[in-house]
Amino acid sequence: MADVELKSVSKSFGKDVGIEGVSLKINDGEFVVLLGPTGAGKTTTLRLIAGLEKPDSGEILIDGSNVVNDSPAQRDVAMVFQQYSLYPHLTVRENLEFPLKSPILNTPADVMKQKVNDVAEVLRISHKLDNKATELSGGEMQRVSMGRALVRNPRIYLMDEPLSSLDAKLRSELRIELKRIQAELGATILYVTHDQIEAMTMATQIGVLNNGRLEQFGTPREIYENPSSVYVATRLGSPRINTLPVSVFGGAPDGSTLIGLRPEHIKLFSGQDSQVTRIEHLGDQTRLHLRLADHNIITLTDAHTPINVGDVVAIEPSNPIFFDANGSRVV
Amino acid sequence: MAQIRVENVRKEFGDFTAVQSSSFTVEDGEFFMLLGPSGCGKTTTLRMMAGLELPTSGEIFIGGEEVGMKPASQRDIAFVFQMFALYPHMNVGKNMAYPLLSQGMSKSDARKRVREVAKILGIEDMLNKSVSGLSGGDRQRVALGRAIVREPKAFLMDEPLGALDAEFRERMSEELRALHDRMGATTVYVTHDQLEAMQMGDKIVVMNHGVVEQFGTPQDIYDKPATMFVAGFIGSPPMNFLHFEGAVLENASAVELSGQTISIPRQRQSAQGKLAFGVRPEHVHLSDASGFRGEILSTEYLGTSQILTVNTPNGELKVRTSSAQLVNVGDTVGLTFNQSTITLFDESTGIAIGSDLNLGSI
Repeated sequence: MADVELKSVSKSFGKDVGIEGVSLKINDGEFVVLLGPTGAGKTTTLRLIAGLEKPDSGEILIDGSNVVNDSPAQRDVAMVFQQYSLYPHLTVRENLEFPLKSPILNTPADVMKQKVNDVAEVLRISHKLDNKATELSGGEMQRVSMGRALVRNPRIYLMDEPLSSLDAKLRSELRIELKRIQAELGATILYVTHDQIEAMTMATQIGVLNNGRLEQFGTPREIYENPSSVYVATRLGSPRINTLPVSVFGGAPDGSTLIGLRPEHIKLFSGQDSQVTRIEHLGDQTRLHLRLADHNIITLTDAHTPINVGDVVAIEPSNPIFFDANGSRVV
Repeated sequence: MAQIRVENVRKEFGDFTAVQSSSFTVEDGEFFMLLGPSGCGKTTTLRMMAGLELPTSGEIFIGGEEVGMKPASQRDIAFVFQMFALYPHMNVGKNMAYPLLSQGMSKSDARKRVREVAKILGIEDMLNKSVSGLSGGDRQRVALGRAIVREPKAFLMDEPLGALDAEFRERMSEELRALHDRMGATTVYVTHDQLEAMQMGDKIVVMNHGVVEQFGTPQDIYDKPATMFVAGFIGSPPMNFLHFEGAVLENASAVELSGQTISIPRQRQSAQGKLAFGVRPEHVHLSDASGFRGEILSTEYLGTSQILTVNTPNGELKVRTSSAQLVNVGDTVGLTFNQSTITLFDESTGIAIGSDLNLGSI
C-alpha cells in the first residue's frame, strides 16, 4: 500500500470540465470517500489515478513519484466497478486466481492458493469457492468482484460505487464488511459514491466534490459539523439542512445572508411561531414540516409527539451556522 | 371518492397462490400503502382492486358496490404505473386530455379540465411541450395528471417513484403526498420501500408470501409489530432479535437473558421454547452498570446519531446512540433496554406474544 497525492489536477473533456485544480492526499491505510452527485468529477478522479485518463495539468504522485506518464499496469492499482464483471464460466476460485495469473505477477501455484484462501476467508465466501460465478447471489458476486481486487497487493484500491446496484439490506451489510476488511488489511482505498450514508459510515476522510472542484476535505465529523459551504452542508444529513434568509430569526454575524439549521438544531416551544403543515411518523422519530414566514422548515421530534397538523409551534435556532452571499461559511 | 373494502380475497396462478386471503379496508380519502418485498402479492392485490386481475375467490367493494368480477373499465379508478406510459407523439396537454376525449367529453370542457389539473400539478407552462423532452419527474407529473383529470373514485399506484433516483424520489413523494392532502382522493400505493410507506401512508398493510402480516397506522406497526417479519422489515436498522430459550408465563414482567434479569411489558400470554426478545435500536442504551454485556463490532457515524453493532451472548444487536458518545471497536459495554418497548416473539411461528404493549394491535 502507498500514499497517493493529487496536486492541482485538472482535466476537461472538450468544453466540459471533468475536474479542476483538485489537490488531495490519501495517506497509507486510509479510507477516503469522494462524495458528489453525477457529474461532480468523482469517476474522472478515479480514472486519472488509475491511468485511464491523462490530466491536462497537475501531478499525480504515488509514494512521492509522479506517475502521470506511467501506464495503468505500471501504476499498480486495482479497480472495483459498480457492475461486477466476473467470468461466468469459471468458478469463484478461478475468478479470484485470474488476476494473479497475469504475466507481470506470474504467481507460484502455492502462493496463489494461499492468497485466494485468505481473501475468501476475509470475504466470508470460502464455502463458495468451487461454485460457478453464476450460482452466486448479487451480494456474493460483488464480494467476489472485490476479492479479485483484494488478492492482489496493489498500491491503492480504487472503487467506483461498488455497492450501488445492490438492495438496501445487502448494501448496509457490505458497508460494515468493507470497513472491517479495510481495517483488517490496512488497505488504502479511494471510494467514490453519491450516497452520503456510505461516505459518513465508512470514510476516514471525505472529499466533497462540486462541479469538478473539491469543496472540502476532512473527517465525516468535520464535514457534518463544520461544513465550509452551503453546498457541503446540504450534501450530508437527512433530512437535509434548512437554509433560510438571516432576516427570519435575526442575530446573524456581519456578512452573512443565510442561516443553516440542521433539523436537530431547532428548539421547539420557544421563539417564533410556525405552522405545522405535515407530520411524518418514521417510527424512531417524527419529522415536523413547518411553515414560517413563507419558508418551509423540517425539524425532528419525539416518535410519540402530541403535536398535530395545523398546530402552531414556536421554534428557535440552536447551534446555527451562517453563510455569505456566495454560499461560503461565515464564522 | 370512495371507501375500498377487500374481503378474503385469494388469487391463484395455476399451482401458485399469489394472495392467500387478504382482508383490509381503505377508508374514503386515505393514503394507503401496500408494503412488502418483491413477490409478496402486493402488486397482485392492487391489480385485483383495479380489475386487471380477477380474484379466485373473495370480494372487493368500491364505494359499497361489489366489483370483484367487473372489468377495469367499469370500476372508475385510475392506475399509475412505475413506468410512466405517455403517448410520445402527443404533447403534454393532449396526453392529459386523452382519457377525457375518449370518454366523450367535448374538446372545450376537456381543455378546461386539463388546465385546472395542470395548475394543481404546477405544469401549466408545459402543456404545449412535447413529452419526449421532459425530465423523469415532469413525465411522472404528466402521468399523474392524466390519472387525475378523470376524477376517478380512487387512485391505484404501483411503485410510481421506483424509477427515480433517491434524492428526487424524496421530493416527488412529498409532492405526491401534498397533492393528496389538497385533493383528498382515496389512494392505494404499492411499494417495497418501508421508509416511503412510513413517510407517506395514513395506514399500511404489510404483506409477505401472499399473506397480510399486519394492518395499521405507521407508528403502531413500528411500535407493536405483530410478527418477526414485520419487525424485521420496518425500521432502518430494523428491530433487533436476541434469541433465547425458556418459558414466559402470563403476567410475567421480566425474562432471563444469559443469566441477567431484564424487564419487559407485562405478558398477557404464556409461551415457551425458542423465543426472541425484540428491541428497536433506539431503545437500547449503553450502561456500565448493566450485567448484560457485549463487544462493539463496528460503529457507523451518521451525523447526530451513530449505529453501533454489538455482539452479545444472544446474538448481534444494533444500537442507535448519540454520536457524542465516544466508543471504540473492541470495547465491551453493558446494555439496558427501554422496558415498555420490548416485544417477545415465538420463533417457531414468528408471531408476537401478547402483552400490555401490543394488546389490541396484533
